[in-house]
Amino acid sequence: MGVKTALEWLSSCSGCEIAILNIGEALVPILTEHLDIVHAPVIMDHKYFGQCGDEGEHLQIPEAVVGIVTGGVSNEEHIEVLEEMRKKCQVLIALGSCATQGGIPALMNGQDSEASFDAVYQTPSTDPGATRPDQGVPELLDRTYALDEKVKIDLQLPGCPPNPAHIAEVIISLLENRDPVLPTKSVCDSCPTRREGKGEVSKVKRYIENAEFDPDKPVSDMRCLLEQGFMCMGPVTAAGCAKYGAPSCIEARVPCRGCFGSVRPKGNQMLDMMNALASNGIDFTTVVDRRSIQRFSGAHGNLRPKKSAVKEEV
Amino acid sequence: MGKVLNIQPVSRIEGHARISVHLNDAGNVDDAYMSLMSLRGFEKFIEGRPAEEVPRIVNRICGICPWMHHTSSNKAVDGCFDVTPTPTGHKLRELLQVMAHINDKILHFFFLAAPDFVLGPDADYSVRNVIGVVKAAPELATQVVKMRQLGQMMIDRFAGKAIHPIAAVVGGFSKPLPEAERQAMLKDTQTLLDFGLFTLDFAKNNVFNKYLDVIGELGVIKTGFLGTVDRADGSFRIYDGKQRLMKPDGTYVDFEGDDYLDYLGEHVEPWGYGKMPYAKSWDEGFSLDLENPKGIYRANTLARINVCDQMATPKAQEALEEFRSAFGRPAQATLLYHYARLIELIYACERTLELLNWEGITDTDVRAKVEPKAGRGVGIVEAPRGTLIHDYTTDENGCIEKANLIVGTTHNIGPMNMSVKQAASALIKDGNYDQGILNKVEMAVRAYDP
Repeated sequence: MGVKTALEWLSSCSGCEIAILNIGEALVPILTEHLDIVHAPVIMDHKYFGQCGDEGEHLQIPEAVVGIVTGGVSNEEHIEVLEEMRKKCQVLIALGSCATQGGIPALMNGQDSEASFDAVYQTPSTDPGATRPDQGVPELLDRTYALDEKVKIDLQLPGCPPNPAHIAEVIISLLENRDPVLPTKSVCDSCPTRREGKGEVSKVKRYIENAEFDPDKPVSDMRCLLEQGFMCMGPVTAAGCAKYGAPSCIEARVPCRGCFGSVRPKGNQMLDMMNALASNGIDFTTVVDRRSIQRFSGAHGNLRPKKSAVKEEV
Repeated sequence: MGKVLNIQPVSRIEGHARISVHLNDAGNVDDAYMSLMSLRGFEKFIEGRPAEEVPRIVNRICGICPWMHHTSSNKAVDGCFDVTPTPTGHKLRELLQVMAHINDKILHFFFLAAPDFVLGPDADYSVRNVIGVVKAAPELATQVVKMRQLGQMMIDRFAGKAIHPIAAVVGGFSKPLPEAERQAMLKDTQTLLDFGLFTLDFAKNNVFNKYLDVIGELGVIKTGFLGTVDRADGSFRIYDGKQRLMKPDGTYVDFEGDDYLDYLGEHVEPWGYGKMPYAKSWDEGFSLDLENPKGIYRANTLARINVCDQMATPKAQEALEEFRSAFGRPAQATLLYHYARLIELIYACERTLELLNWEGITDTDVRAKVEPKAGRGVGIVEAPRGTLIHDYTTDENGCIEKANLIVGTTHNIGPMNMSVKQAASALIKDGNYDQGILNKVEMAVRAYDP
C-alpha cells in the first residue's frame, strides 16, 4: 500500500492538477504504487458528508500522511476545507502560486472586493435587477489569502503552473525521506539569453511588438528582453519554470511576468522590480499599471484597495 | 419530515459544485439543485490592466482550457485596438487552440468520464476512478497517458507553456513555427489521429452500445443548442465563425459574435454563484421547468455537433453521419455529449493536420503592428465546455475600462440543473437511494464536463 495522500483545491483553476498530470508516464507508478489517494475531488469520488450526502454537518476528509492543496483562500468553505486538511494530514504542501502567494485571483485584493463582486451581477448581459447570490453559497472573505496566512504549511511549491518535474521531485523526496532539490535562484539566473550590459534603454516598452530574434537560432542567441526595453520580471522572480533549457516565457520569446513569485521569501516583486529598473537607468514611471507587477503575489497584504485620495497611479 | 442529500463535492469535474437533492416525507424528490460554489470576479479585476496583458491573465479562469481563454481574449483585444492579425498569426493561434482541444477530449473521456463506464456506475467510490481504470486496463491506460502527454508536450515545446499560455498576442503570435517543429508536430498529430479513431471505435463498442438504455434515459431533457459554424457553409468550427442558436425543434438563427447581447441574457438565482445564460431572443423568459423549459439551450460538444451542417474534415464527417443516422438532429440525450466529444477529437486531429499543411504556416510574418487605443472588441471561440465570449472596452490608453465574460461552462448550468433534477427524480423512489444511484445523478452532470 502506498503513502496515504489527500488532494484539495480552493480558489483555483485546476491548472495545478493538469501540471500534476503533465508528469507524464512517471505518474502511473506514483499513482498506482507509491501513493494511496484517499481524497481528491478532481479524480475520485470521496464525499465530505458521507457517500450518500446524509452524514453530519461538518465536512470530513480522511486521515492522510501527505496533503496537497492548490488555490488560495477566498471564502468560508475554503477555510473549512483547509483547516480539515491541516488537521488530517501530517505534511501539508501548498502547490502553485495561488496557494503560496494568492495568484491571479488575489488581483481582487487591489480593489473594493464587495463592490466588485456585486458588479459581476450587473454586467450588460445579466438580467436587470439581479443581485449577488447569497443562499447556501459560501460567504466571500474580505480578501484572498495565501494558505500560510491561515494554517501552518510544511512545503511551498509555487508556479502558475508549477513545474511537473518539481512536483514529482517533491513527492519522491517525501517517499525517500529527504529534502527536495528545488531551484533557489532567479529566472534571470536560469535564462540563457545574451546580455550586452546596460544599453540606451530609458523607458519600458509595452508588449505590443514582438521581441527581436532570429527564429532559426536558439534562445541563447536572442538579446535579453530587458535590454531590448521590455519589462521582463526575470530579475525579481523565482526560477523553476524552465523545462527545455530556457524559462518558459522566454522559450516563447515573451517577457516574464513573475508567476513563480518573489526570489526572496516574503520579498516584494513590485519594489524589487522598481529597484531593478532604476539601477539600470530605466524610468520606472513609464510602466503602465505598476500594480499588476504584483499580479501573482497579491496575498500577504501586497495588494490593497487603492485609496481614492492618492493619485499617483498613471 | 423530508431531508436534503448534500452531494459535495461533485467530483471528477473541473470546478467546485454541490448537488442538493430535497426529499419529501415519502422519500421522493421534491427538488434538486446543482450550485456553483466559487466566485473570483475576473470581469472586475482586469479593469485598468493594459489590454495586451489580459490574454495572459484571463487564461487563469480555467487550467483545463486556458488556450481558449487566451485566444478569445486576444481576439477581443484585436477588436479594441482595431488590428487584424497577420494570416500566419491568425492560423498559429487556431493551430494551438485546436491542438489543445485534442488533449482535453482525451483527458475528459478517459480520466474523468471513463471510470463510470469501465468500472460501472455502481462500483465502489474507492476504485471508481482513473487509478481503478489503470489497474483494470493497464495497457490501455498507459497508452492513454502517453497520448495525452504527446499532445500536451507538442504544445509545450513550441509555445513555451501548454498550461496558461503566453504565445498568442494581440496582432498575432509571438514567434514563427520552424519547419523542423512543423515536421515533428505532423508526425505526432498523425499518431494522435490514429489514437482518436481507435478511441471512437473503442467507445462505440464498449460504452455507447453497452449503455444504450442508460443513454436513452439518464439526465435526458429537451433544449435548444448554441455553437459556432463556418460563415460560408455552416461547417463545424471552433476558432472562428458565426454563432448559431438552435431551438429544440431544430430551427435556428445565425448571428455575428458582436451582436451577442441581442441574443443571449444571463439569469441569476440566489442559490449558486454561476450566472445562467439563456436565449433572450426567444422572448419567452427563463424557466428550468422540466416539462416546459423557457429560454434554455445547451452548449459544448453535443450542441456543436447538433448545430453544424457538416464536419469540415473527412473522418469526422463520417463519424457525424453515423451519429446522425442513429440519434437524429438535434440529438437530445445528455450522455451523447461523450459521443460528440469523440467526434470532436477526430476533427481536432484532422484540423491540426490541415493547419500544419497550410502553405503559410511557417511564414515569419506572425504579428501585425499594434497601437493601444480606445475601442471595443468581442472575441468568441468554442472552448471545450461551450461558446466562450470575451467582450472588452478600452480607454484611450488601451487599458480595460469594462469587461463582460460569458464562460463556456455557464451556458450549461441551467441544463445541468434540469438533468440533475430529471435523473434524481427518476432514480430515487420512496426513500431508496445508495451511492451508486447518487453517482448516476452525478453522471448526468459529468456528461457536460463542467
